[in-house]
Amino acid sequence: MTQTVSRRDFFKMGGGLAAGAGVAAAGLTPASAEAAVNTAASLPYKPKLVTHAKGMKVNEPVSFTYPDAASPCVAVKMGAPTPGGVGPDQDIVAYSILCTHQGCPTMYDTKDRCFKCPCHFSIFDAEKGGQMVCGQAPSKLPQIVLEHNHKTDTVSAVAVNGLIFGRQANVL
Amino acid sequence: MANDRITLPPVNAKKTNMTCHFCIVGCGYHVYKWPEAQEGGKAPHQNALGLDFRKQLPPFSTILSTTQQNVVTDKDGRRHNILIVPDKECVVNQGGGSVRGLHMASYLYADGTQTGERLKHPRLFTGDQWLETDWEQALALYAGLTKKILDTKGPRELAFDCFDHGGAGGGFENTWGSGKLMFTALQTPLVRIHNRPSYNSECHATREMGIMELNNSYEDAEVADCIMCIGANPYETQTNYFLVHWLPNLQGGTADKKQKWFPGEATTETRFIFVDPRKTATISICEASAANQVLHLDIQPGTDTALFNGLFTYVIEQGWIDRDFIAKRTKGIEEAAVANKLSLDDCSKITGVSVAKLKQAAEWAYKPKAGGKLKRTMHGYEKGIIWGNDNYLIQSALLDLVIATHNVGGRRGTGCVRMGGHQEGYARPPHPTGEKLYNDQEIINGKGMMYTAWGVNPFQSTLNAENFRNAVLRRSEIVKDAMRQARGATTAQMVDAIYDAVANKGGLFVAHINLYPTMMAEAAHLMLPAVHPGEMNLTSMSGERRMRLSERFMDPPGSAKPDCLIAADIANTLKAMYHAEGNARMADRFKGFEWKTEEDAFHDGFRLQGAKDVGGEIHSQGGDTGNLATYALLKAAGNNGVQLPIKEVKNGKLIGTEMLYSDKFGTGDGLAQFKASPWNGLFKAVQGQKDKYRFWVNSGRVNEVWQTMYHEQYAADAKARWPMAPVELNPDDAKELGVGNGDIVEVFNDYGSTYAMAYIVPEIKRNQVFMQFGHYNGIEGDVTTDAVDRNVLPDYKHTWANIRKAAKGEYKSTVSFKSRRYAV
Repeated sequence: MTQTVSRRDFFKMGGGLAAGAGVAAAGLTPASAEAAVNTAASLPYKPKLVTHAKGMKVNEPVSFTYPDAASPCVAVKMGAPTPGGVGPDQDIVAYSILCTHQGCPTMYDTKDRCFKCPCHFSIFDAEKGGQMVCGQAPSKLPQIVLEHNHKTDTVSAVAVNGLIFGRQANVL
Repeated sequence: MANDRITLPPVNAKKTNMTCHFCIVGCGYHVYKWPEAQEGGKAPHQNALGLDFRKQLPPFSTILSTTQQNVVTDKDGRRHNILIVPDKECVVNQGGGSVRGLHMASYLYADGTQTGERLKHPRLFTGDQWLETDWEQALALYAGLTKKILDTKGPRELAFDCFDHGGAGGGFENTWGSGKLMFTALQTPLVRIHNRPSYNSECHATREMGIMELNNSYEDAEVADCIMCIGANPYETQTNYFLVHWLPNLQGGTADKKQKWFPGEATTETRFIFVDPRKTATISICEASAANQVLHLDIQPGTDTALFNGLFTYVIEQGWIDRDFIAKRTKGIEEAAVANKLSLDDCSKITGVSVAKLKQAAEWAYKPKAGGKLKRTMHGYEKGIIWGNDNYLIQSALLDLVIATHNVGGRRGTGCVRMGGHQEGYARPPHPTGEKLYNDQEIINGKGMMYTAWGVNPFQSTLNAENFRNAVLRRSEIVKDAMRQARGATTAQMVDAIYDAVANKGGLFVAHINLYPTMMAEAAHLMLPAVHPGEMNLTSMSGERRMRLSERFMDPPGSAKPDCLIAADIANTLKAMYHAEGNARMADRFKGFEWKTEEDAFHDGFRLQGAKDVGGEIHSQGGDTGNLATYALLKAAGNNGVQLPIKEVKNGKLIGTEMLYSDKFGTGDGLAQFKASPWNGLFKAVQGQKDKYRFWVNSGRVNEVWQTMYHEQYAADAKARWPMAPVELNPDDAKELGVGNGDIVEVFNDYGSTYAMAYIVPEIKRNQVFMQFGHYNGIEGDVTTDAVDRNVLPDYKHTWANIRKAAKGEYKSTVSFKSRRYAV
């Protein structure tokens, strides 16, 4: 099923939408963790628990925020090894959902496995590191660098690869 | 470079205006420049953007990405940060940016980055290696050979393929400089334009009918009852015209404006009609936004003339025409009505569109509104017609329909316009003979001795490209051989050696003036480095005739120069050579290039056109009021500039023209001229390929990259997305061919063979494909025919070919093959 929000609803929500999507922070530093994204991230990110790998179902998006409550993100288990993917199947990826064009929240479309922006129709491929499929955004969807702890099965966000919309730097 | 932060401009950062280099829409941007070591703060009073970066900004506050910044080094060694941000006050884009424009900063020259490949100094092929040399030697060789050919063989042997536009590498300054050199000084007729094999208008028919092709304002699209979009895909090719001015109308967001502009007039739900054999990204977006208000007339390839003739006949029968307007302001409808007569049944048979759909289109676009008022229907057309099956006839048929329904001629919300490709910026003397030579064929047939490719890349973009490219390469090799043998030659001796090769052995000397070496370097013997906006002051004009000044803010690489000053260098070198031998008559031909700056060239061309004492004729998009524009006034006008023609200067402000033809059309008597344009089938060469091969090969641009990808071929993100030209293929056809996404296929016919990356698309019809044009890796033009219309305008859009799987390829793992057509 596709998560949708109409253009009209979206504008009613305005920029405040991001604020409602918070998930409690948990500052762990996984001991036996592996990150799979090559990143040019430069900022002092703090690790944050996203979810447990076993609890994730294929192609069911999990909302969280990172690196702070004003930055909505979505993690998805793809079901097959994916660029940047972590977890037992190397298939869990996560992205900032704010379109890098003008900041509208994108929607994860389970049919295409893409993030789609309702404002100017940019489409980003969740299975290709957030590559823009078509659209006006100047850059990919920022990919959240994840780590999976084999012992605790936790999936944590540890950095962001790409600039989140509406920020000078990802860490405010 | 970090990809998770940008450097903010401090409040005292230098701020200048920039019109996007690329598409015709011409979005306004601001360029911020400040010393590398400085950085603005996050509080709104600490940065030049005035935004509060201490917290998350809401959507639409600005656009900031790492692609919009760079660090450049000026000639004095000082390094500066650059940030290029869309201008919220610009009426064109209103803060919006396209994926192309938002990369402008990435394409600034910065050694050690993707732009390090720029030409920095003249380069001379010495027979075995490229020698980076100085302008003195380069000009001595170029002018020396030019003079020898001119003196002994005449100007017809001096072939040019020259840019003819605004934006990057163009503009009023550079079209004038290059035009004055080619037409006034050298007087060569063997000139073609960057995207077509002759020197000719793309709009002969409509101009003969009295209607210049950029006749309304972007605002008219906001208040139209209906927009008919023909052979255009504006989401991908005129992005912010579509997103900012069209789409809000479809979504009902401009209803208030319509009430205000047309009080008391019945308003109908806005309708968009698309004429295109292919379901484009634009159509998908419109359907996702308002499916019931969108109609797609998916005609059989090349049958546009029949479509418009059928609609023209039907609206006359229905009486949905403006008889009063026709009587007072037009002529020739009777003849056109007879010649173009086509029943809806016959129209349907030819176009493949059902009679019901044809009727619906006619009702949406032309059936008068409640109260009897005429619909306000805007028609926008582009390459489907411009590069379509018989440009001249399609335009005639379309304009007949548009004029009869009074959808051009001063009514706001109407207009019949070219959607356009690149920025405009034309000011040139007239072509010296008016001949419409088919330059590519001349070169293939051994004519022309010297070929200057100026801001162009026909190897990737012309029609019948493989044959053209191979002919040029063969002839270039003869010259290379001669240069190789001329060991120890002085420049003068080298000129003699080259002359012998081109005059006696069938050789072709190729000079290439450009930003980058490009694929033309394979044939070139001499390359001269040019500059683009930001490295020079440059004026250009948009699709609504909006003229702006893009200001210089950085030094060009090495000794690169504006094209107008390269033209002046060439002319002045030739003048000195003729003076030296006491030939005052010839020296006189090369006078009038005493320009120190690009502003001097602007004065000499665009502004002088309006002066009374100008010696020769000038064709300028500024018309005879161009003299009112100055750099100072244009700078003050900022990114909103002025819409040409300029009416007056009032209180230091340039006052322009929003819409053309409110009183008179552009004919001698001011009456719009109907034109007979009976349906005539496909060109013979095209029909020949259709009879032999299975797939119709359609072609065009993809949103993320610009034309021949002269910048993007060095850009990691663009190359990751489009490492090769994609070819959109129907799933059942793909299955039959054993082709999967990312496989490499060969596309081939009688004209040539090319390769492309398969992209399987359910919306593509069977036995039809769409291939990206102009790519450096997979040249679609290799399989287009050599067919042209009566004015030597090419039919790029219609060719037929076979397809086979060539290789598995390695693109599947890195390139997305998801649907590019938005749907939810």
